[in-house]
Amino acid sequence: MAGEKKKRLMQGNEACAEGALYAGCRFYAGYPITPSTEVAEVLSARLPTVGGKFIQMEDEIASISATIGGSLAGLKSMTATSGPGFSLKQEGIGFACMAEVPCVIVNVMRGGPSTGYPTGPSQSDVMQAKWGTHGDHPVIAVTPAYVQEIFSETVRAFNLAEKYRTPVMVLYDEIVGHMREAITIPEAGELEVVDRAKPECPPEEYLPYDQRYEIPPLAPFGEGYRFHVTGLNHKDDGFPTNDPGMIEEGNKRLLRKIENNKEDIWCNEDYYLDDAEVLVFSFGSTARSARFAVRKAREKGIKAGLLRALTLWPFPDKALKDAASRARAVIVPEMNLGQIVEEVQRHVAGPAVEGIHRVDGEPITPAQIIEVIERYA
Amino acid sequence: MSAGAATAKKQKISVPFDYSKYLRAGKLPHIWCPGCGHGIVLKSLLRAIDKSGLEKDQICMVSGIGCSSRTPGYVDFNTLHTLHGRAVSYATGVKLAKPELKVIVVTGDGDALAIGGNHFIHTCRRNIDMTILVYSNAIYGMTGGQFSPTTPQGSMSTTSRYGNIEPSFDCCELAKASGASFVARGTAYHTQELERILLRSIQHKGTSVVEIIDSCPVYYGRQNKFKSASQMMEMIEKDGTVSVKQADRLPPEKVEGKLLRGILHEAERPEYCEEYQRLIDKVHGK
Ligand SMILES: Cc1ncc(C[n+]2csc(CCOP(=O)(O)OP(=O)(O)O)c2C)c(N)n1
Ligand code: SF4
Repeated sequence: MAGEKKKRLMQGNEACAEGALYAGCRFYAGYPITPSTEVAEVLSARLPTVGGKFIQMEDEIASISATIGGSLAGLKSMTATSGPGFSLKQEGIGFACMAEVPCVIVNVMRGGPSTGYPTGPSQSDVMQAKWGTHGDHPVIAVTPAYVQEIFSETVRAFNLAEKYRTPVMVLYDEIVGHMREAITIPEAGELEVVDRAKPECPPEEYLPYDQRYEIPPLAPFGEGYRFHVTGLNHKDDGFPTNDPGMIEEGNKRLLRKIENNKEDIWCNEDYYLDDAEVLVFSFGSTARSARFAVRKAREKGIKAGLLRALTLWPFPDKALKDAASRARAVIVPEMNLGQIVEEVQRHVAGPAVEGIHRVDGEPITPAQIIEVIERYA
Repeated sequence: MSAGAATAKKQKISVPFDYSKYLRAGKLPHIWCPGCGHGIVLKSLLRAIDKSGLEKDQICMVSGIGCSSRTPGYVDFNTLHTLHGRAVSYATGVKLAKPELKVIVVTGDGDALAIGGNHFIHTCRRNIDMTILVYSNAIYGMTGGQFSPTTPQGSMSTTSRYGNIEPSFDCCELAKASGASFVARGTAYHTQELERILLRSIQHKGTSVVEIIDSCPVYYGRQNKFKSASQMMEMIEKDGTVSVKQADRLPPEKVEGKLLRGILHEAERPEYCEEYQRLIDKVHGK
């Protein structure tokens, strides 16, 4: 019936693949790994139907490399992985940061370190997402918590990648990756879809890293703009440089383009925040337990609230500081041994900061969170 | 034929090839040491590209990391200087995303066969249309002369101070066994022959691998007591190789221990991007 949206029961990983297609992804290179494999399986079937390309590479290093190559040839490109595969992709992520190549890297987080607990959830790659590749570099990472949101955040990840010429990570854990929920597939045009800016100047004037732009337009290979791409520090024309001033400026510009646009990149959910005295800061599937815990606390008359990060990197320090300024305590539940809690401590002065951590492959329960909320009530 | 024409033929002055057509203005001098083979190979390559008739916009040159991998910075194509060992993987992405591009990969023996060995064999296996040029100087040049997978046993390097105890790879055998549909070997000494081989490899549809034996006089040469770059070229590239066309006619003792030059393998195999297009067509019921 016209006007009535189609609901579909969908797994998180499938929603990621569908979100990618909605965003215009036409190139995927990957290597199978639990719990992300379904993203590849779905795209291997779906991409050819829209004329897109899917390739299963020989490992994750090759996958991220081909993904970057596909993007430079002009296609919106993605790769997905988990745990050990995410470790292998780090050198390519650094290349994409340095050469400013848009791409999306999905990491469905499982237990680690090493092969760890392949079928269990975790949130222990959040610092690796930020610092996993060597060198100073900007990072954008989004952290959806619901199947519907995996769809929309994957679209947003592509938009941010194309807009800011940078790799963007979609981080969610095994729980939402494998969860099935009813979702509504948005109509075409309903969600914003951003395409990268292409140069309009004559080819001989084109500078792939033109300092006059905050985010210089990117020409696809093979369309008349013959330019050079390298992972070495480079000048505005893309060729390597040993000039200390240019090296420093190049590195700083990479960071600046994200720092200056945080307001555009950030996305949070506020839940009972206005008068919250006990603040829970959370992300991903753990935030589902946190939300439930906050509601239960409110029922008991405790002024609890939730700040949920949909953009984890760059870190939402502004929203956190604002909410924490009215709070007595900030509780940080996360399925790791204390990664984001330290980031929260860096930004919050005054309220007590307490983490709730779990690495046994089981989710953090609402009861665990309520218990801590009550202590600060 | 008139006498005049005959003289003209005899006196035919060959017009020097204009390399500047393909070199990027302002990007020279290159980083290569005097006597390095990489620049000689580049000249053969540019002549071959010229003969192929390909437009500069059509060509995407991809490389890894190493002295040889600096080549793309000097040439006026779509150029991509990637990470150590990964050139063929980046190239696979470019090619699959835009099959109309002619992809040429420039890589070193360390880049292609050590850190990139896995990518190399799987690229050959897929038979995706690209030309892979392995500049094989039997050493890691850029990092200062450590042994590589093609360093002969017994050779000196900065990490084999008592002689290399590891056996070496035969790049061409590896490429053939992995599925590359065109495999050849040339040297920086035989520049005209190399040009012909490179042209054929560029014209080939599928994965073509050309191992190009060249020399690193600075690191391999000095450590292994070669007197000069030219002596190295004569001993390794000229006397250490034999044309595959002559090999059959020569007595075994003249062939033994020498590397074969020329086209070593050529086969018709389905090409990856074409197979993928067939898959898309099938999905669309064509
Ligand atoms: C991941 C990684 N490991 C090591 C290096 C250091 N490295 C740079 S070039 C090189 C070897 C290059 O040798 P080869 O490919 O034979 O090329 P050549 O310099 O001899 O032309 C090495 C080991 C690197 N850049 N990246
Ligand atoms: S170090 Fe060796 S391979 Fe590198 S440029 Fe010098 S001679 Fe060539």
